[in-house]
Amino acid sequence: MAVFSVPNIQVKGISAAVPKQVEDNNDFALLTETDRALFIKTVGIRYRRIAPAGVTASDLCLAAAENLLAGLNWGRDEVRVLVFVTQTPDYIIPNTASLLQEKLGLSKTCIAFDVNLGCSGYVYGLSITGGLLQNMPGAKALLLVGDISTATISMRDKSTAPLFSDAGTATALEYDKEGVIHFNLQTDGKEFDDIIIPGGGYRNQLNEKQLKYTEYEKGITRNDLHMKLDGIKIFNFGLREVAPNIEKLLLEKGIDKDSIDYFVFHQANLLMLESIRKKLKVAPEKVPYSLYDYGNTSSATIPVTMVSELREQLETERVKLLLSGFGVGLSWGSAYIETKNIICPKMIEI
Amino acid sequence: MELEDFINKFAGCFNQTSATAIKPETEFRKLDEWGSMMALIVIAMIDADFGKTITSEDLKNAGTIASLFEIVKNK
Repeated sequence: MAVFSVPNIQVKGISAAVPKQVEDNNDFALLTETDRALFIKTVGIRYRRIAPAGVTASDLCLAAAENLLAGLNWGRDEVRVLVFVTQTPDYIIPNTASLLQEKLGLSKTCIAFDVNLGCSGYVYGLSITGGLLQNMPGAKALLLVGDISTATISMRDKSTAPLFSDAGTATALEYDKEGVIHFNLQTDGKEFDDIIIPGGGYRNQLNEKQLKYTEYEKGITRNDLHMKLDGIKIFNFGLREVAPNIEKLLLEKGIDKDSIDYFVFHQANLLMLESIRKKLKVAPEKVPYSLYDYGNTSSATIPVTMVSELREQLETERVKLLLSGFGVGLSWGSAYIETKNIICPKMIEI
Repeated sequence: MELEDFINKFAGCFNQTSATAIKPETEFRKLDEWGSMMALIVIAMIDADFGKTITSEDLKNAGTIASLFEIVKNK
């Protein structure tokens, strides 16, 4: 059953951290000036944040979590669950969540593990974290979601380099009998290679050949340890699957679309997101965008957008939100949540 | 679904190419403005205006705008 509800859960706070270093797609040398202008207008991404060597997704999430905990009235020993959603862990072994549990000073009774998901990762992460927490009265949980995707792309590949950006986020959840989150989660592994890093795993184990650069077409040069993305297939996937997934969730849970304050989409591509918005017949002012300033930060785009675009509303109002993430896997899902005066500190740069 | 309507909407996707340059026999992939961004814009237009999904193979197989129209019509 793809549509389900997790009761007894409330989101209490969201924060985000990005690297200080900014790159401007207007300086991207693999595109002509005309192509750069068309790219920024169509895809919607101008600025991207780049983590320097030595800064990982967990470092960004740690900074976001410390910033969030500073605003929450939580004892660290009350945090019983820590879920870290990333596709750029610190190490292949061990899981990075264990390192984060130690760095955050959380108790040894805390459940901590990683989840390997990208674009859909925030929505999946909410369901996994909430699913554990719903049976733990009095407990609290941290969902840390982030990626340094810029470390996985070839700067000689115009099909990926101007898209990706780095960020880490933290979301605080509490056991609360008043709260509930509704989900519709889906998967289609048939198209697993539409977004893929083919080498370096255990199907195609690391070897020298994987380091060799190949020019696939003009402006697209990479090796097998870099991310490959089939833009048209992913674009069609978004057009085909996202709106029906959201419509089904709202229909099955009896949620009036017009009552939703904001639809926060994974920040993949402005043209795709505007097409989805029009299919859903949602007004433009209900769909916030952060991709012009922060690019595609993979699993982190939804909380980054909430912090950068909706911070004031989230801190001061009751807000009804529809969240939708979709991409690598292929994996996609939507969540309906209601928040009330949550802690949402300003985006931090490290 | 009429060819003339399709051509008008196809021409509307372009910024720098004159509408008069968009004809049934135009080999659209040879237009100066054509590229990966224009492909996404045309795919989004066909999805929104005609309710059909076209693939990168469809775009490669369609030599002209008239043949792309036939591919879309027969989907």
